[in-house]
Parts: sequence; C-alpha cells; structure tokens
Amino acid sequence: MLKNFLQTMFNNIPAAVYVALIYFFIFLPVAVLVLFSFQDSLLPIPPFQGPSLRWYQAIFADFRIMEALWNSLMVGVVSAALSCFLGFLAAYGLARYPVRGSGAIQWLLVAPLSVSYLIIGMGLLITFKTLAIPKSLSAVIIGHVVINLPLAFAIIYSQMGEHHANLERAGRDLGAAEWQVLVLITLPLLWPALMASFFLSFTLSWDEFIIALLVSRFDVTLPVEIWSLLRSGLNPKTNAIGSMVFIVSIFLVIITEIAVFGRRKSK
Amino acid sequence: MTLTKMKLKGWGFIGPGLLWTVAFFAVPLLIMAAYSLFQRVGGRIVTDLSLSNYVAFFSKPHHLNALINSLEVTLITTIVSIILAYPLAYILAFRIPPRWQRIALMMAILPFWTSYVVRSYSWLLVLSSNGIISNIMQWLGIVDNPISLANSRTATVIGFVHFFTMLLTLTIFANLVQISPNYRKAAADLGASRWQILRRITLPLSVPGVMVGAFLTIVLALGDYITPQILGGFREVLLPQAIMLQIQRQADFPTAAAMSLVLMVVISIIFFLFSRWLKIERI
Repeated sequence: MLKNFLQTMFNNIPAAVYVALIYFFIFLPVAVLVLFSFQDSLLPIPPFQGPSLRWYQAIFADFRIMEALWNSLMVGVVSAALSCFLGFLAAYGLARYPVRGSGAIQWLLVAPLSVSYLIIGMGLLITFKTLAIPKSLSAVIIGHVVINLPLAFAIIYSQMGEHHANLERAGRDLGAAEWQVLVLITLPLLWPALMASFFLSFTLSWDEFIIALLVSRFDVTLPVEIWSLLRSGLNPKTNAIGSMVFIVSIFLVIITEIAVFGRRKSK
Repeated sequence: MTLTKMKLKGWGFIGPGLLWTVAFFAVPLLIMAAYSLFQRVGGRIVTDLSLSNYVAFFSKPHHLNALINSLEVTLITTIVSIILAYPLAYILAFRIPPRWQRIALMMAILPFWTSYVVRSYSWLLVLSSNGIISNIMQWLGIVDNPISLANSRTATVIGFVHFFTMLLTLTIFANLVQISPNYRKAAADLGASRWQILRRITLPLSVPGVMVGAFLTIVLALGDYITPQILGGFREVLLPQAIMLQIQRQADFPTAAAMSLVLMVVISIIFFLFSRWLKIERI
C-alpha cells in the first residue's frame, strides 16, 4: 500500500515536491511548539536541550492555569449544551409548526454567523456596561451561546426531514403524547446531528478568545490565561500548554469522527 | 389541534432561542449603534447624538490608516493563500489514491486543532530573532547577525496565510471532488491535454469553492485581533487592534463602537459583493 502510494507520488515529481514543501510549512510551527515544550532550559529556542517534562510539571502545579482550564471546560460544556437545547427547540418549532414569518425568524437565528466575534463581543461589553452587569464567566457563556446557537440550529434544522415528520405522526396516531414523540422518536433520530452540534459548539467555545477577553475579568478561560502568559515573552510553559491543548483537541476530533461518521458508516 | 393552538405551540418552541438571539445579539448591536453616536468628553459619556465619531474616523489619518492596512493585509493574505491552497487541493482531489485521501486531508488541516492564540505564538517561536529561521540563516551563513521577522506586516501575513491556506484547501477540495469525473473524461476523450482540461474544465467549475473560501478568509482576517497583535505588534496597527486600543487604553467606548460599525459595514459590503457565490446549495 505504502509502496503504491510512493510510486504514484514519485511518478509526478513536481507535485510530490510541492506537497512536501506545503506540508512542511503547515507543520513547522506546530512541530516547533511541541518540540520545545520538552525543552530543559528557560527559553523555547534552539539549541534544543532535553527532553524534559519540567514545563508540563510546571503547568500542572500552576493554580491559575488549572483554574482557567477548568473554567474553559465548564464554559464549553454549558454553552454547547445550551446552544444545542435552544437550537433544537427552534428547529423543531420551525420545521413542524405553521409559524408566520418563518423566513425572517430563520434569518435572524443565523444572523450572528455573519458578524465578527469582535463586534459581537463589543456589543455585549457595551450592553453589560450600560446595564451595570459585572464581567463574569456567565457573560462569556452568554456570548458563546450567541455564536454557537446559529450553527446548532442550522445543523439540526437541516436534518429535520419530512420522513422524520412521518415517523412522528405515526407515533402520535398510535397514542404517544407530545413529550413521548419528542423523547422517543425525534431525539433519537436527530442524535448524530445533536452530537455534531455539541462537539462543534464545544470546540469553538473552547478556542474562543476575543469575546472571553472582553466580557470576563477575574475568572478567565484558558485562551485568555495563555494570552496573559504571552506578556512574559517566549516561555516553554506556553509551549507545554499549547501542546496539551493540541492533543486534547485532536482527541475531541477523533471522538466526533467516531460519533458522527462512525454511526453513518454502520447504517 | 386548531391552527391557532398549533401556531402558539410553534412559538413556544422557537421563543427561547429567538429571545436569546434578540436579547444578546440584536439589542446589543442596537445599543452599540446608539453608543457610536455619543461622545466621550473629559472622561464622561455625553449622550448628545452626532456623527462626530464617524467624521473623526475618516479624518484622523491613524484611524483611516488602520482600515487601509487591514484591507491591504487581507487582500495579500487572500491571494497568497489561494495560490498555495489550490494546487494542494487539486493534488489531494485527483492525484492521491482514494484510500489515502481522507488521512492526507486530515493531515493538511492538523494545525487547525491547536488553540488559536497558541498558533500565532508558535509562529513567533519560528520568526523571532532567536527563533528557528534566524538560527538556520546564520548557520547557513546567509546572515551574520540574528534577524527578526516578528513584529512586522510580513509576520502577520505569514500567520494568516498559514491558517487560511488550510481553510481554502478544505473549501476548494470539497468543490473539486463534487465535479463529475465525466466532464474531465469527456474532455480527455476529445483530445484535450491535461493543461487544457485544467484551464477549460476544472478551473471554471471550481470557482464557487475558491470564492466561498476567499469570502471566509476576508471576513475572518478583517475581524481578527490575535494574529496582528501577536505577530505584527504595534509598528503597524490593523483595525481590530485600533478598536481594542480605544477600549483598553482610552476607555473610549463611543469611538470603539463607531469603529466596530465601520468594520461591520465593510464586511457587509464584501458579503454583498460575494453574495452570488454564497448560496447555500452551492457549498
């Protein structure tokens, strides 16, 4: 298999060289990041000394970083769950009930997708300031639901086909109550879409920086904490956190792959 | 169930999500728009409505320059990223054996999964005066003293191009694999060379993928604060940096609100220009 692959590649030398160069460009910063997270000296720059795990020990011993990590997980899970819940309800309402102005409602629900995070964050910051609401992690959750609700809604709505509606009608004819139809028929049918929305929302929230910076103060999320670490310049500790986040994200991607595509394949 | 009751139930389902979007998205934008008409005088917000913040934006060279810098950097980024991404997407779509395609694509976008802030930081490791590039150049004898590419427009563009090459590879690849192979086969049967097939068949049919990617690139690059702040520094300020400076250093919310709305209008104009390629069914 590998031999075939190499043969195909080397039949076409310019293409092979191009692919090698561009993969080098794509991997370069990440490789440098991970390599120098194992640096044994005080600066993450050549020459490489090590490998050493001292900077990983340093981040696990750092109270602020661990708290930021926990905050990020909490904000991610809560905002993703809320986005999926609200997105599912709205999608169900729009797909199954005759509502006037459904076009306008859909437009409004997905409108935040077309506005920069910076502008959404600025709007929330000014609004909270006007209403004298203090900056907090709850404010970050509110902002993250604003950016993730459109995605969750769009993904779930796109999966609410007519054949699902028929199964729901059959359930009702057989005497199921409204909540039974929702829990026993609609939700299981939409499970892949809900999982995809949840993990996508979580990933975006986990990585979101500018809204979190604008509307939080004392308790911060991980990207904001990393941001404040950057003030001390190049630091192997930052490399260690960055590498860890990278590994966690890859792990999440693989889980999403299995949850979403694995199911599809098995059908 | 009567129709009225059905409608009421429908609103019951839609209500919470809609309310959230109105309360935390639409209303804040309106409040921000109102704020952009206020002024900050002597540390206090004066609520007399006027367009003075907008007039100031377009008459103060350092604010207008921030917008021009942003547009220039975004344009360069978009063009370079398309040039780099197209051949990669093409090779992934047509030259790699199918069983390797998925893994090759996943590898091509692997750094997507590093944290956003960390991605810019890791370019700093490469580009700074004691970083990899400087060391290699000295070792090769190209330069005698450490050189720094950081804190410059070049660094910002490199950071952007890295990210958006991955994004554009995805959108162009998705478009290329949807083109029916029959068109390419028919052209080959009729005697077209590989170059002619590329130029007359594949390239025109892949325009939507390029345009969707270009649109996302432009919108995300124009609104990004991190990359120019970490890699570009303050030697040359882009619009999002200028907006953040108004908040962090001056606490001038009315001016920051006006600048944000200028950014929003610029993005809306670009959306309008690209709208013919952005129909959902074409993606």
